[in-house]
Amino acid sequence: MLTGGNKGGELIGAAEIPNGRPLPVKRLRHPLHSAFALAIGLVVVLPVLSLAFVALSGTGEDWPHLIDNVLPGATRTTIALLAMVAVLTTVAGVACAWAVVAYEFPFRRILSWALVLPLAVPPYLAAYAFGEFFQYQGPVQSLVRALFGFETIRDYWFPDIRSTWGTAFVLGSVLYPYVYLTTRIVFLMQGRNIADVARTLGARPARVFWRVLLPVARPAIVAGVALVLMETINDIGAAEYFGVRTLTVAVYTTWLNRGSLEGGAQIAILMLVLVVLLLVAEQWARRRQRFHAGRGTHLKVHPPRVALKGWTRYALPLAVALPILCGFGVPITVFGQYASRRLEQFTSPDVAKAFLNSLMTASITAIVTVAIALFLLNAQRLSKGRAMAATVRLASVGYALPGGILGLGLLFVLARFDNVVDGFARAQFGFSTGLLLTGSAAAVVLACTIRFVALAEGAIRSGMEKLPGSLDEAARSLGKTPSQSAAKVLLPLLRPAILTAAVLVFVDTVKELSATILLRPFGFSTLATYVYENASRGVPEEGAVAAIVIIITAMVPVVLLSGALVRDAEASL
Amino acid sequence: MKIGNARSIVAGLALAALFTSSALADGVVNIYTYRQPDLIKPVLDAFTAETGIKTEVLFLDKGLEERILAEGENSPADVIMTVDIARLTSAKEKGVTQPLVDEEVNKLLPSEYRDPEGHWFGLTKRARVIYASKERVKDTAITYAELADPKWKGKICMRSGQHDYNLALFSAAIAHWGPEKTEEWMKGLKANLAKKPDGGDRPQAGAIAAGECDIAIGNTYYVGLMRNNDKDPKEKEWGNAINVLFPTFENGGTHVNISGAALAKYAPNRDDAVKLIRFLASHKAQQVYAEKNYEYPVEPGLEPSETVKAFGTLKADTLPLVDIAKGRKAASEMVDRVGLDDGPNS
Repeated sequence: MLTGGNKGGELIGAAEIPNGRPLPVKRLRHPLHSAFALAIGLVVVLPVLSLAFVALSGTGEDWPHLIDNVLPGATRTTIALLAMVAVLTTVAGVACAWAVVAYEFPFRRILSWALVLPLAVPPYLAAYAFGEFFQYQGPVQSLVRALFGFETIRDYWFPDIRSTWGTAFVLGSVLYPYVYLTTRIVFLMQGRNIADVARTLGARPARVFWRVLLPVARPAIVAGVALVLMETINDIGAAEYFGVRTLTVAVYTTWLNRGSLEGGAQIAILMLVLVVLLLVAEQWARRRQRFHAGRGTHLKVHPPRVALKGWTRYALPLAVALPILCGFGVPITVFGQYASRRLEQFTSPDVAKAFLNSLMTASITAIVTVAIALFLLNAQRLSKGRAMAATVRLASVGYALPGGILGLGLLFVLARFDNVVDGFARAQFGFSTGLLLTGSAAAVVLACTIRFVALAEGAIRSGMEKLPGSLDEAARSLGKTPSQSAAKVLLPLLRPAILTAAVLVFVDTVKELSATILLRPFGFSTLATYVYENASRGVPEEGAVAAIVIIITAMVPVVLLSGALVRDAEASL
Repeated sequence: MKIGNARSIVAGLALAALFTSSALADGVVNIYTYRQPDLIKPVLDAFTAETGIKTEVLFLDKGLEERILAEGENSPADVIMTVDIARLTSAKEKGVTQPLVDEEVNKLLPSEYRDPEGHWFGLTKRARVIYASKERVKDTAITYAELADPKWKGKICMRSGQHDYNLALFSAAIAHWGPEKTEEWMKGLKANLAKKPDGGDRPQAGAIAAGECDIAIGNTYYVGLMRNNDKDPKEKEWGNAINVLFPTFENGGTHVNISGAALAKYAPNRDDAVKLIRFLASHKAQQVYAEKNYEYPVEPGLEPSETVKAFGTLKADTLPLVDIAKGRKAASEMVDRVGLDDGPNS
């Protein structure tokens, strides 16, 4: 097989290779391209390295206490949380994806895009909304009391949302769309055809689903769940608000309450190692599988959806609506109610400014992130070397770090850079450049870019994996250079994946809080920091309008994306 | 060609510097704050109205000291504002403050509420008190020690033990009672909890209103904010469902924490920053804190707001604030060891 590390410009293989062997492909080494890719990879990993440096400078004096009193419980809680969220999002995401692709029922079209809506709700807002919704004076418990005639809180038992399972429920409710989006595409693009083949061979629907569709969708499900789990690990808002002590919470208490940034960084780095091991294990588990559609599996006709009859016709839309009601309905109801008493804020200059800042940061971040992801993946495609693959993978680990901790790692690096530049300018030109990056919104954009490269990379990679490698080879055998092939053949085919990547990053940047609040310059508020400023002084209601604006800002591209993806996938059938 | 290149680089850098230097202009004080901008806005507005000096506020929730350290000499921060004595002393320890020995400020602020070397200044006081259900609690006085009394089993609510305000209270307890007795007490407190600690201080009052618990630990000013909240009837209801009781330590008083300010180490606008600190210590500013934020002014003899006066008389503990700050780490470890945040059933 062809491997990396070939000599520059050498023609590998020969045109006379007998039939059945891979086509001869001109494989070039690109020293500049590779160097640039490595440099980008390095920048993305910088905050992690800087944190590792902090961790290594520690003495380890925090560990006796951590091992005795903190880590066992925090690890158990974190693992339980991850497991619950993984199960919830997989079940909800896959089931809903299958339902809207395979069956015809009332409101199917509306539900199929509305299922993506919860993605617009930041977990910290969802946690607050759920807390309000399920608390003693909230609508649910009030209803329970009214129905059963209970008088006080001591008359009945009600599950406490402020718990590990409650946190899992909240996170699952807003994060399942990652799984839904990735899985639905697979079902739309190829699952149906394979399923029809299996069905014509006599397999019953249940068997088709478990034995054919689920395995085919596995990489997509895994990609979605991986994103969900990384978001769960780095969550601090929901866990802290519900008093659930995860490892991430332990990072913060060690740093802030016991004054040991080194100890906090040590825990964070250990968590990161665990995440990397998990990712590696998953890669290893499917090392022999390839999932792209081969020639001829695309049907030219649209396979009909199974029309439901009887009570299932109404039960299914209700079931599919459930995750939407939880992940979107509850937050929008709670914040909508608060916002309705503060309508004047919708025209307040503060909210407008925050909105523009969010819009600008998110747009720039989305563009830059997608460009970086494309560049890295292309470099990997060209080199096929292990070093490049490792760089690309490494570039995405930052996503698993809590935003505040990643921001801190980045802060140290950027401030050092600023001061070196400033020192140089003072010495050479006699004037001060001040804090170029940490004194401007550039630091925020950079932090979000580094944080969310993984999202873009993951989305585009899964799009690439669906494309047969022969496409590229065919283009090149017809005399196109690798970059021409990438621009003319791959890029157009990757359009849905690129769109997905851009939207996911945009939405996550609009929701981003911890890194933004640490790195922003004077006078720079985003919608998320605006909400947080109010929430942190105990009056989240005051931020309700901004919260609604966040949700709407994130909602618009999410809905557009959902529609575009369906059109694209259906057009390709 | 070469010259042209150098010039364009310089121009580029200068352009970038334009974006960054606005906060360094004359007549501006740059504030890095852990206190929410809305809380300090009234007093900052009063400062600008009096002096013509503008203020720029940057709110951070964590990492303020790390940010100043990383920025180094280029740091735009002039003044640091925060709540909690431990955060003030930690700013001093981490070397992000500079001493300010100013006769005017020292005359205004009592010496027990400021750093002897002038690294930080306490501006307002808040007492950590007991919210007691008006309906169900007939006691008129409860000591801190009594919070561990089994008679309160299943009746106490509180926010996380790892929160700044609780850590300072526990640290004060350690200073008063010693670590062993405090740990026993904390176990008793944990056993008395009605539910797992979570949320802020206000929702604890809400929990009392709902009947989930009878007493809660909370700061005084939240009661003022709740009772005078005209936007949310729910909060008003919470605030009116409780009485404020002033618990005390034996041979001591009620635990009091401060909010304060410090002069940042590199303070590029030092002169104006000093003017701001003087203003924050002044009678005028102290009145604003008292009236708008329902905090206790540190100025001797200045009365708190009517709402706060209605709580009763505060007899502040005399334990030196720096001693409370010193015990923070021990208190935080104790909370973990006891498992206070796990709630009563663990």
